[in-house]
Amino acid sequence: MALKMVKGSIDRMFDKNLQDLVRGIRNHKEDEVSDRRIKQELKQDNIAVKANAVCKLTYLQMLGYDISWAAFNIIEVMSASKFTFKRIGYLAASQCFHEGTDVIMLTTNQIRKDLSSPNQYDTGVALTGLSCFVTPDLARDLANDIMTLMSHTKPYIRKKAVLIMYKVFLKYPESLRPAFPRLKEKLEDPDPGVQSAAVNVICELARRNPKNYLSLAPLFFKLMTSSTNNWVLIKIIKLFGALTPLEPRLGKKLIEPLTNLIHRYGGRCCFFHSRLVKCLLGGSLSLFPDARCLCVQKLRILIEDSDQNLKYLGLLAMSKILKTHPKSVQSHKDLILQCLDDKDESIRLRALDLLYGMVSKKNLMEIVKKLMIHVDKAEGTTYRDELLTKIIDICSQSNYQYITNFEWYISILVELTRLEGTRHGHLIAAQMLDVAIRVKAIRKFAVSQMAMLLDNAHLIASNTQRNGICEVLYAAAWICGEFSEHLEEANQTLEAMLRPKVTTLPGHIQAVYVQNMVKLYASILQQKEQAGEKEAAQEITQLMIERLPQFVQSADLEVQERASCILQLIKYIQKLQVKEVPVAEEVIALFAGELNPVAPKAQKKVPVPEGLDLDAWINEPPSDSESEDEKPKTIFHDEEQRHSKPRHPEMDEEELARRREARKQEQANNPFYIKSSPSPQKRYQDTPGVEHIPVVQIDLSVPLKVPGMPMSDQYVKLEEERRHKQKLEKDKKKKKQKKEKRGKHHRHNSLHTESEEDIAPAHHVDIITEEMPENALPSDEDDKDPNDPYKALDIDLDKPLADSEKLPVQRHRNAEALKTPDSEAPPVEKKSKKPKKKEKKHKEKEKDKGKKKEKEKKVVEEEEEKKKSSKHKKKKHKKEKEEKSKDKKKSKKKHHHSEEEMAESVQNGTLDDEPLPVSSCVLATYDIQGNLQNDSQVTVSVIFENKSTSFLKSMELNVLDSLNTKMLRPEGSSVHDGIPVPFQLPPGISNEAQFVFTLQSIVMAQKLKGTLSFIVKNDEGSTHEKLDFKLHFSCASYLITTPCYSDAFAKLLESGDLHMSSIKVDGISISFQHLLAKICFHHHFSVVERVDSCASMYSRSIQGHHVCLLVKKGENSVSIDGKCSDPTLLSNLLDEMKETLSKC
Amino acid sequence: MIKAILIFNNHGKPRLSKFYQRYSEDTQQQIIRETFHLVSKRDENVCNFLEGGLLIGGSDNKLIYRHYATLYFVFCVDSSESELGILDLIQVFVETLDKCFENVCELDLIFHVDKVHNILAEMVMGGMVLETNMNEIVTQIDAQNKLEKSEAGLAGAPARAVSAVKNMNLPEIPRNINIGDISIKVPNLPTFK
Repeated sequence: MALKMVKGSIDRMFDKNLQDLVRGIRNHKEDEVSDRRIKQELKQDNIAVKANAVCKLTYLQMLGYDISWAAFNIIEVMSASKFTFKRIGYLAASQCFHEGTDVIMLTTNQIRKDLSSPNQYDTGVALTGLSCFVTPDLARDLANDIMTLMSHTKPYIRKKAVLIMYKVFLKYPESLRPAFPRLKEKLEDPDPGVQSAAVNVICELARRNPKNYLSLAPLFFKLMTSSTNNWVLIKIIKLFGALTPLEPRLGKKLIEPLTNLIHRYGGRCCFFHSRLVKCLLGGSLSLFPDARCLCVQKLRILIEDSDQNLKYLGLLAMSKILKTHPKSVQSHKDLILQCLDDKDESIRLRALDLLYGMVSKKNLMEIVKKLMIHVDKAEGTTYRDELLTKIIDICSQSNYQYITNFEWYISILVELTRLEGTRHGHLIAAQMLDVAIRVKAIRKFAVSQMAMLLDNAHLIASNTQRNGICEVLYAAAWICGEFSEHLEEANQTLEAMLRPKVTTLPGHIQAVYVQNMVKLYASILQQKEQAGEKEAAQEITQLMIERLPQFVQSADLEVQERASCILQLIKYIQKLQVKEVPVAEEVIALFAGELNPVAPKAQKKVPVPEGLDLDAWINEPPSDSESEDEKPKTIFHDEEQRHSKPRHPEMDEEELARRREARKQEQANNPFYIKSSPSPQKRYQDTPGVEHIPVVQIDLSVPLKVPGMPMSDQYVKLEEERRHKQKLEKDKKKKKQKKEKRGKHHRHNSLHTESEEDIAPAHHVDIITEEMPENALPSDEDDKDPNDPYKALDIDLDKPLADSEKLPVQRHRNAEALKTPDSEAPPVEKKSKKPKKKEKKHKEKEKDKGKKKEKEKKVVEEEEEKKKSSKHKKKKHKKEKEEKSKDKKKSKKKHHHSEEEMAESVQNGTLDDEPLPVSSCVLATYDIQGNLQNDSQVTVSVIFENKSTSFLKSMELNVLDSLNTKMLRPEGSSVHDGIPVPFQLPPGISNEAQFVFTLQSIVMAQKLKGTLSFIVKNDEGSTHEKLDFKLHFSCASYLITTPCYSDAFAKLLESGDLHMSSIKVDGISISFQHLLAKICFHHHFSVVERVDSCASMYSRSIQGHHVCLLVKKGENSVSIDGKCSDPTLLSNLLDEMKETLSKC
Repeated sequence: MIKAILIFNNHGKPRLSKFYQRYSEDTQQQIIRETFHLVSKRDENVCNFLEGGLLIGGSDNKLIYRHYATLYFVFCVDSSESELGILDLIQVFVETLDKCFENVCELDLIFHVDKVHNILAEMVMGGMVLETNMNEIVTQIDAQNKLEKSEAGLAGAPARAVSAVKNMNLPEIPRNINIGDISIKVPNLPTFK
């Protein structure tokens, strides 16, 4: 061994260290990078060599090499005793470990050891590393250790421990409440570093859920006035920024200290100004109009500053104010528009952002016009694209609230299509579609513009490869087709759509082209037939037949399919035309009906009709074993059916019409079919804000077809004129009114302000609101992301801590259980159970990985076995089931290493061996735990497991109360009411519910009768089921394992006020250790002292009775002497114990 | 929260990367490349803030960077951090590096990236600012170095000797001697600050 060590260190001399590696890489020696050598080094026993290798790996990781394969070696280096190596290990771990790293759970004990290391740097390095790769499991297991470190003597450790708590909270939200008091305490830590760390953590927490931290405001107020640390100050001011909107009074109080701060930091005043502004946001600002003006004025100075950083920050702060007080910012429009010309892109983007909030009906056209100029000037596509999206955002915000003239908007959109190389073609297209569909009045104009676009498609689609703009052709084609009745020169448009050049467009656009051609064709046909121009109608059909084949040859399936289908249809029409049959009506009927916009969330909001269970299987899910035999069969069967389907070669028009009629009828009765709106007028009245605007129809003399000429400017001019005219008219009216109403409302009327409401829209703006299904469910929580990690931290912190809210402490398993070799089984089980939990989550992933340890593999197999058996459970009889439940009990006992456990399976007694026993679908196991903070309550946790293949819902648990024991029901419900179980159970799922019982006396065991009622739902319908059960409250379940020291134990025995009783059980064959473990486990005792085959044990009841035991083991018997402050309790306990022991 | 700290040189070569959010190695490289792209094309006299790139971005995040001689120091932070505060922190970081390496230059960062990581760990932990006081940071780093030296003791002596010999060679042997036109290229890396 020694020789090996020496050899190792000699080897090491010739090893390359990090510097050599770097040097090698810099000299472009490829072999340096090859990690073969490193792999070899990792295999060495010498820890220094390993550390060296890991260090090099860390460097390679930075260069982009995946080093996760070395995770285990990294852990080895982490567990080195020397700080030098440990640090290298932790650094590598922090760079490459993450939640998916499977070996990470091996680190728990190592980290715990390091955390309690006497060397503060060991602890520090462990904390730093942990902060980067903490997982929910690690957080749960280590939370308590870190809590202890928060009151470490060294400030260096304290501040790190405080800071890492934030990460722990994120991963393990349950720890927040228990840890919060101490965190709060740290705000007043003598060490400034610790203080700043605590402020840091609380600020991060408060940013997400400010309302829970309002109570800390006074404390922070004190800190703000006393602290000299800039970091702390910034953080606190940020925190107040989040708090003031919730508590307006805070703002008032803050003004003075903030002004003081500004004076104190005269040099950096600008810096604090922007903070000040942010902080005064919200409700408080409206209370102080002066302060607001001051702020905005100061910001103006900032923005005009030559320092770009300050300019940026000024704009940033301005946008914050804008959210609450748009008016006060709007006066600085000039300044912001000026910033659009800035050479710095960050500042330009900020200014754009501000503009978004500044628009109003009045200035929208002006602002957009300025933006359009910038679009033309802008170099670099990113900024131009940004401008484009901003223009669209600005115009379309809050349902086109600010647009008074949609013709103007359409022409803006058309102008935007002339941008080259933009990525946002689809955005423009979406806007075009949206406006055309939702604003009825604009359709005519939109169609004419779109026709023009189609006509000039060659300009747009000149280079389709890198050009996203051709997307607008999609919109153009669709609009022209759908609203073809508005088209003036439909023939020309149709021809434009049939041009050979179209085939170069992307497939999905061509598909839309083909579809809409037919719409156009149908409307032309109708026109011609009505006018009696049969020749022209036939001509147009001929044109279609001639040109469509180019689409039939398309490589795109969709285009090809549509085109060939339509070609056939048109050929058929031609036949009819030759026979001089009028066809236009039928053809147009193909596209009858109007499309209405549907709200994006509409589908989600369709209420589930009563009696419809979406989770229920429609058909029995095929079991794995059967599917293999049956699959080919079904395929065959299906195919046969398909073949035998009668073919309808050609349906006559009558039949078609009849069917159409039937379909329409069906649609009319179908609530989920989106119908054409029966009364758009009604809807129009519903839209607020538009209704009260006087509708003025103005004849616009705009040349509509000037391809390639910007037109939106004309609208701006027109708009100005129009407004001017309106104003004049209004003034006239007012004068009249004045004359009429002189005296009475004199003052009121003369106060003329051109508010936004005064601007009348140029069009009958009929913005169709998006459709929602009838009786849609109102819900505001649509937008909440259920995966938001911060939501879990929304916890009320002011509530007093309950005793149950404790951080999990790693308890030592009963020492005895470890000492004997034959009782080693349970801990091993426990260990393997832990990964099992994880496996459930990552089963798929983990299975793929071959690096598994043997132990874990076994567990997987075990689990699979279980699954298999559960699949066949239908056929199994009740007896087997009971066995299983026992199994479950056992496994559960092993699983929880908590001591409280008195599980008992509850099953329906009236069961026959039915093939599918519906009533035996629930398996419930329960467990009674004493409630520490309330001496007369116990919590019964019941695990319900759905053993059937049906869905269980509306479960309700009811217990017949006894005088002594009562179930705690919600206020207002009577003794006979059951308590609903707060979940439903899909097949094969288990879940846990807790019920609280109050007791008066605990000295006697109790049995309570109860019923569980539930609804079983399967494909045949739902049935109401009942399950009777008994809850057995043993005396042991009132005991709480409490450790006791031998001296205290001796004192207790000496005190003499304990009653004594004893039992003796014969025929015990198990070992003493095992026996003690049993008592500890089942009866909640802890061992105080053990000498040979004699042990003293202690426990305490929830009502504070002390129970002491002296257990002696003879040859084949055990005698137990008990002492307890209550004789009845003691005798009952001993009886229970006797029962347990006699089973062994 | 700080999401990531990146240091790269004028050519986009990473000198240090520290991500406080999990990204795969490929994504990390992509982020570095993208960030370099964004930062490097900016003029010298524009502001030090940049609304985030696509990868690490999102509306809440921004890049705050400083350019020293050959190196860019980029912090990607979310809105809970103060912009000027982070700029200050970068300054503290660089000054601390300067103290620890005695007149720091890019080469120091290249060859002692682990040490840079250790210094950074004393300032930022898990994405949150731990310490901003330079003296305090330097004290802790010195104490840790002392501990490391005492651990190395005798056992470390031969290794140190070897590396000393190796290092001695570094300045003497030129990297690339081109006999053809007798020009000797020795990398010329100016110190910064």
